[in-house]
Amino acid sequence: MAGFRTTSGGVTARFAKPEAAVLRDLVEHVAELITGPEATSMAGSSDLADLAGTSGRSGADPHHDPGTAGSSDELAVPGADELAEMVGLSESTKLPDDPVLARLLPDGYRDDPDAAQDFRRFTESGLRSAKVTAAQTVLDTLPPAGGRVRLNAEEAENWLRALNDVRLALGVHMGVTDDFDELSEQIGPDDSLFVLVEVYHWLAYLQESLVVALS
Amino acid sequence: MSVAPAELQRPETEEETVLDRPWVTIVWNDPVNLMTYVTYVLQRVFGYPKPKAEKLMLDVHHKGKAVVAAGAREAMERNAETLHGYGLWATVSHDT
Repeated sequence: MAGFRTTSGGVTARFAKPEAAVLRDLVEHVAELITGPEATSMAGSSDLADLAGTSGRSGADPHHDPGTAGSSDELAVPGADELAEMVGLSESTKLPDDPVLARLLPDGYRDDPDAAQDFRRFTESGLRSAKVTAAQTVLDTLPPAGGRVRLNAEEAENWLRALNDVRLALGVHMGVTDDFDELSEQIGPDDSLFVLVEVYHWLAYLQESLVVALS
Repeated sequence: MSVAPAELQRPETEEETVLDRPWVTIVWNDPVNLMTYVTYVLQRVFGYPKPKAEKLMLDVHHKGKAVVAAGAREAMERNAETLHGYGLWATVSHDT
């Protein structure tokens, strides 16, 4: 694909069917992870399950240990305190155990645990909603069969955020570090990470083209 | 824009605290976020001109972190919240 470009009617890109399927699957998976543990089963999420299954790391494992799932993900569970939800308060005060979630919903203070808890209580619910909205925008505008996507300014902004969230999730999952670009050049087609690395680079290219189109 | 009347200003002690050690928003280096994207976000969130946003982005990249804004604690927390929405790794801190 050629990435995003600017036209008189907004930014636009064309997706082949497999590209649309992979991107939709990744975006859906991240949204489910953010929404909460009850929705994160990857059963039925075939494309991503295939991709993720090629990695040996367990960072994005959606199958939470029931013993540890009690604190950080409770808000989205039906029956969570509705009043707290109405005023945007989150019951979660701890950094999520899942490393992908921990990167998507980071602490707001580095050396002050009390302030970090308060920050999370007041912001995490809204942050989760914003990320789900961004993901939903991609799902609403990217046809499952592929084809042309045309975005207005608000949609493009949500696409940027959703693409970044997916890249963050994949990056944590694969253990990406600063020298990843050099390392990834050595990963051949036989390597179990090969497909994920290809997808990761494609998403970077896609996001970069969208930033350029919007700048 | 207007200036608050003198009698409505905050107590002097609070003013001094803020002036002595302002709160700051810090963006930390991250191996995933694209340099162009970080620059775009800093322009968009803070209204910085591109050269300033690029300089801050390069500070983050090379030094591991950069102070991207300073001011009242509440405003710095809002910054961090907004930056988290974009997937940047941001924290609030007292300037040291």
